[in-house]
Amino acid sequence: MMRVFVIAEHRMGELNPISIEMLNLANALKGDGTSEAVVIGKDINAYAEELAKYADVVWKIEDNSLENYNPELYIDVLMQLFANNKPDVVLIGNTSCGSEYAPYLAVKLNAPIATDVVAVNATDGMKVSRYLFQGKLMTDLKLKDAETYVLTIRQGVFKEGVEVNGEIKDAGIKPSKEPARKFVQYIEPEVGEVDISQAEVIVAVGRGIDDESNIELAEELAELLGGVVAGSRPVIDNGWLPKDRQVGISGKIVKPKLYLALGISGAFQHVMGMKDSELIIAVNKDPEAPIFGVAHYGIVGDIFEVFPELVEKLNEMKG
Amino acid sequence: MNIIVLAKHAPDPESEINVASDGKSVDERGLVFDINDWDRYAIEEAIRIKEEKGGEVVVVGVGSKCEDTLRKCLAMGADRAIKIPVDTSLDAYQTAEAIKEAIKDEKFDLILAGMMSQDLNNAQVGVLLAAMLDLPFATAVSVISSIEDNSLTVARELEGGYNEEVTLPTPCLITVQSGINEPRYVSIMGIKRAKTKEMKEVSVSPTTSTLEVEKMYLPPVKKAEMIEGDPSEIANKLIEILKDRGLI
Ligand SMILES: Cc1cc2nc3c(=O)[nH]c(=O)nc-3n(C[C@H](O)[C@H](O)[C@H](O)COP(=O)(O)OP(=O)(O)OC[C@H]3O[C@@H](n4cnc5c(N)ncnc54)[C@H](O)[C@@H]3O)c2cc1C
Ligand SMILES: Nc1ncnc2c1ncn2[C@@H]1O[C@H](COP(=O)(O)O)[C@@H](O)[C@H]1O
Repeated sequence: MMRVFVIAEHRMGELNPISIEMLNLANALKGDGTSEAVVIGKDINAYAEELAKYADVVWKIEDNSLENYNPELYIDVLMQLFANNKPDVVLIGNTSCGSEYAPYLAVKLNAPIATDVVAVNATDGMKVSRYLFQGKLMTDLKLKDAETYVLTIRQGVFKEGVEVNGEIKDAGIKPSKEPARKFVQYIEPEVGEVDISQAEVIVAVGRGIDDESNIELAEELAELLGGVVAGSRPVIDNGWLPKDRQVGISGKIVKPKLYLALGISGAFQHVMGMKDSELIIAVNKDPEAPIFGVAHYGIVGDIFEVFPELVEKLNEMKG
Repeated sequence: MNIIVLAKHAPDPESEINVASDGKSVDERGLVFDINDWDRYAIEEAIRIKEEKGGEVVVVGVGSKCEDTLRKCLAMGADRAIKIPVDTSLDAYQTAEAIKEAIKDEKFDLILAGMMSQDLNNAQVGVLLAAMLDLPFATAVSVISSIEDNSLTVARELEGGYNEEVTLPTPCLITVQSGINEPRYVSIMGIKRAKTKEMKEVSVSPTTSTLEVEKMYLPPVKKAEMIEGDPSEIANKLIEILKDRGLI
């Protein structure tokens, strides 16, 4: 009988939807076993109730010291829970925090681990699928046979599921020691002059823009279309655009009427920030670029050939 | 402050990626290797700390062909290198075990790794090593804001532009996120100096693997409608689409 554990994630009063997505996966995997959510924190009743809709069991681990996420405390309390409740599979979100403590937990559980997993097959051992090379290649892996497996799960993949309406249990567990690492504070994102999440038209540039001096071209095009310029992470890392112009998981989520992606490969972390745009047009010289998987229209070509022509024609139209 | 930096010699995702004839590995022929992008930031951060606080920077690489990347790190300013000439393929556990074994006699205050490798995208090796060594750790660090004698204050990146500030006692392990600094270029002087620096080979036999590749393939993608033609035709078609949608 398989026990599939899901470690829920929440921050600043909100349950991360990945928690429910992982329960959907757990329910698909468990066979005649159980899906069991674990929620760790302070004041977690509301999360427990929400999770219970999709889990056979919800374990509450509640303590004042657990108010903010801390990887050492999470591992401490999870190891206590698992000492008496042996998991076959532990699912953790492939988020900033989940991907931080999952490998550590795997070592302590002596469990094989796979990260950023997008498909799981547990019928014959543990097989998973995941991307390599930021989305350009995919691999099917078989983890070595073990009593427990740890998987981190990509968000947005397991959205479909059923309600199971399980029970909530207080695990009665407290951290056994003070953590060496201490939480200090959250730091809010910087606010700039333009809020790209409100823009109707976005001209987004990626590493393919090649040089800071070429940002001007994008600005000219954005102006003609009544939009703003945004960028992928490397453009911001290089200091070519300010941080508040970054689109993606660690930047902003945007849903403009038009998203023009120029020289952006389409890594998952970027796509999560723009995939719901109404119209996506991508220009990339690589016909295999993953961005063509989310774009409505694609152009295989050099931005520096397509760009000037478009700018010129738009200028003519404006007269 | 004595710092160990993990640096991987890794294929660039922009090089030509094809599946080899066995259907289970990447065809090496099209690949261009260089220092893993995240590790460039890690080595830069280590050298900056050393320049400010003194101490030694030791760079560690796993892989039979990792020498170029180690030399690059020496040229940037690392003091010496440890090469572990084993190929651990996709198995992060084996890589971490090998590093643990190779650095067992090193004295360090800090281990810096990249947040992930640009080819495998596992984001595991650093944290696995922290667990094997029982070290406090933090991942996706975007700023090291202060370095005291026995502790560090860092900001780690969360989603949506938020960061979380935490303090850690040393020794500890940190993985760095891209953009934490502006990595320097390798100077001619640096390359000259690197030639005289120590590069030690430490042989470690890999532990049993934790996974097996069954298949590698190009991911199935839903394809966008492609617009073809010369730049002028493309521009015309784009303008038509934008007009249709009332965008111009
Ligand atoms: C935890 C984490 C969080 C992240 N958060 C974000 C995020 O919020 N936002 C984000 O964007 N990324 C984020 N990333 C990084 C992400 O994984 C990718 O590295 C990044 O999105 C790649 O940016 P890019 O497409 O501009 O660059 P690349 O992947 O280098 O792609 C450049 C593209 O330009 C094309 N190109 C080059 N020259 C030309 C030309 N002349 N004409 C046409 N095309 C050309 C190339 O074919 C290539 O496809 C994050 C990563 C991690 C690990
Ligand atoms: N073969 C290797 N040699 C040296 N360091 C490595 C190696 N593989 C991974 N690392 C380090 O671990 C980090 C995370 O890699 P990964 O777990 O493969 O995503 C990298 O950024 C490197 O700092």
